[in-house]
Amino acid sequence: MFEAILLTVITASTPLVLAALGELVTERSGVLNLGVEGMMIMGAACAFVAAQLTGSPYIGILAGILGGGIFSLLFGFLTLTLVANQVATGLALTILGLGLSGQIGEAFVGQPGIKLQPIVFPFLSDIPFFGRVLFRQDLIFYVSIALVVGINWFLFRSRTGLKLRAIGDSHASAHALGINVIRTRYLAVMFGGACAGLAGAQLSLVYTPQWVENMSAGRGWIALALVVFASWRPWRVLAGGYLFGAVGIGQLHAQIVAQNLGIVIPSQFLSALPYAATIVVLIIISHNRRTTLINTPASLGKPFVPDR
Amino acid sequence: MTLSEGPATVPLLSVRGLTKLFGSFAACNAIDLDIAPGEIHALLGENGAGKSTLVKMLFGVLQPSAGQILCQGAPVTIASPGEARHLGIGMVFQHFSLFEALTVAENIALSLDPKISLARISDEAASLSKAYGLPLDPQAHVADLSVGERQRIEIVRALLQNPKLIILDEPTSVLTPQEADRLFETLFKLKAEGRSVLYISHRLEEVRRICDRATVLRHGKVTGACDPSQETPASLARMMVGSDVAEVHRDNAAALGDIRIEVSNLSVPARTPFAVSLKNIAMKVRAGEVLAIAGVAGNGQGELFDALSGEYPVAEDEAIHIRGKAVGRTGINGRRLLGAGFVPEERHGHAAVSAMALSDNLLLARSQSDKKAFLSGGAFSVIRFDAIRSATRRICEAMDVRKSGEDPQAGSLSGGNLQKFIVGRELDRQPSVLVVNQPTWGVDAGAASRIRQALIDLARSGSAVVVISQDLDEIFEVATNIAVISEGSLSKAYPAGTLTLERIGLLMGGIHESHPIPETAHAH
Repeated sequence: MFEAILLTVITASTPLVLAALGELVTERSGVLNLGVEGMMIMGAACAFVAAQLTGSPYIGILAGILGGGIFSLLFGFLTLTLVANQVATGLALTILGLGLSGQIGEAFVGQPGIKLQPIVFPFLSDIPFFGRVLFRQDLIFYVSIALVVGINWFLFRSRTGLKLRAIGDSHASAHALGINVIRTRYLAVMFGGACAGLAGAQLSLVYTPQWVENMSAGRGWIALALVVFASWRPWRVLAGGYLFGAVGIGQLHAQIVAQNLGIVIPSQFLSALPYAATIVVLIIISHNRRTTLINTPASLGKPFVPDR
Repeated sequence: MTLSEGPATVPLLSVRGLTKLFGSFAACNAIDLDIAPGEIHALLGENGAGKSTLVKMLFGVLQPSAGQILCQGAPVTIASPGEARHLGIGMVFQHFSLFEALTVAENIALSLDPKISLARISDEAASLSKAYGLPLDPQAHVADLSVGERQRIEIVRALLQNPKLIILDEPTSVLTPQEADRLFETLFKLKAEGRSVLYISHRLEEVRRICDRATVLRHGKVTGACDPSQETPASLARMMVGSDVAEVHRDNAAALGDIRIEVSNLSVPARTPFAVSLKNIAMKVRAGEVLAIAGVAGNGQGELFDALSGEYPVAEDEAIHIRGKAVGRTGINGRRLLGAGFVPEERHGHAAVSAMALSDNLLLARSQSDKKAFLSGGAFSVIRFDAIRSATRRICEAMDVRKSGEDPQAGSLSGGNLQKFIVGRELDRQPSVLVVNQPTWGVDAGAASRIRQALIDLARSGSAVVVISQDLDEIFEVATNIAVISEGSLSKAYPAGTLTLERIGLLMGGIHESHPIPETAHAH
């Protein structure tokens, strides 16, 4: 029973972790992309359609990454090249993504999807409990964990990551040092889009292998909150993503338990629990203003125009 | 490049006819300049004279519209700061190009070859900073460092690239006199090693003291080249300003009246990790007195102003008295109603809304304190446009504010003229208490002397004036009494005549009578 719950928690948490990791890199470069929800649903639609047409969920994954990445390029062009307002453009990206994905997936509504099969590690997966939970997962789960480690190394150990953080802290100073601000931000935005696309692919290939309009169901927004919650640190994104996934799954079980016991709890109240939990944790976290300020990219959301 | 081996007749860096246009405005106009190897060359000029634009072109941050840069006789194009560094040019910016959230070593690493490991950079930075007498901890976060320490990072960063020419943009504007002395020693050491220094400043005394040659800029043009040690400060100022600057006049101290501002036991915790907490501050200002508060930037001046003005009221009502009334918890409008006036530090976005007309800015500041004059219709608060326009006209005439049109946007005025208007806006009320933060920061010499005179005149007419400033010349010009703020603590006030520059410098470094003087006044 506990093992089964844990497996569903992993499945529910992985897309949150992925999308939040991508947004973390984008925001560390000083760009606020509120279009995560839109890029995620585009990834979900592209992944499902490609998997249906080719019969391969792996081509589906690739299509999801490309779909999210290319879609984010639109955001990059508008905010970095044309210097449009990042908040407004991000919101527009979400609205556009929700509509466009509905169009892409229209012919596929109701079709049974192809589920991405787990990759089973020999020996490791025989370890009781942990082996079964951790080493019989699909490719996307393994990628999400590798990304946490990789992004943490990239940001805090590599010189390119240092440049990225420098741009996020002060783009004017970074420019004065000769760092190419716009190019780095384009790459960071596209990485964020690709991660959101991969998160979307997980939804339509693993979580619920089918296409339903609006199937991202607000997860993009939760991912955005997670980045702040994690004070822009990859390991905290992982912890926050799983905490959030656990609260979400937990409330489902709580509903069943309550029903069996004959206690009437409005289901809306329980569905709201994860969001209430986010608010509470955000308040607790932002209480320590020093860590928040040291980690917050100071030029977040500010447009950059080189003065030449 | 064999020329560099010859005698020092070939300049290290030459500039011929260098011009930079922003639209039709020429920030730099056909500038000629020669920097010889191993000399400290001053670039003198007022704010807006084009000094910063010129050096940005030399460092590849801006591209010239016309003209030529020659490096050891050969024409070069400097397309980026990277190319400038490659040519052996290092730069220490006025507004530091540092990243607050990163460590010292990380900041330095950003401008070096990415193949060099962070550990090696830490070691080299530590040994280099020791060799040049600039103590620095490579692992510290920049956000936790003082302004003087931040400047050291920039200098060490420039030195690590072994440059032939180091450009310093207004380096002493953020230093105590003692820190400045230590910087000069470093510069002499660099000169002895055969490196050149381009030293940008508007401080005449220090240019006369340390520079071998000076080039003077005004309105984007070269107006003179000289040996500064052969000039007087007055003759240099004439080259810089183009006319004689009016001297500020002060009568012998009139008898002081009643206590107008009394602060006791004022402690305020820091609002943000980067702010300074105020520690047990006490001061008294009497009618007819100008109390000047000196200090290096970032030692609690802004926080003290916020507490005095009521922009952020304090917890303890009794900590601040204005005209005998406890006002610690009273907001800014309540304090204005008691006859106080306040001029905050930033002109744009704090003291004035750039996008609004002068008359609107007048009304915003005084809509509560001068309700009767500017508003009518009782609860409806209808604006009396005729009244605010005539008041705007009155202020502009009184302070000689030069503007285009009758009532232009605040943002269209030059810094000096807008500052004159903002100070005039408060003076127009004849405040019995006035608190001003950095009254002439970034203002041209003519406007600065006009503002200082106005502050002195206000005190003479029987008001109490508090001037918070980093400019020691200004402080000695206006002050009756001087106190020094350092790391959120305020020294006692000394009569201006009893203090020397050196004493103030020690107080600015946080050294009080009871303490011995350690080797580095500002190291933590």
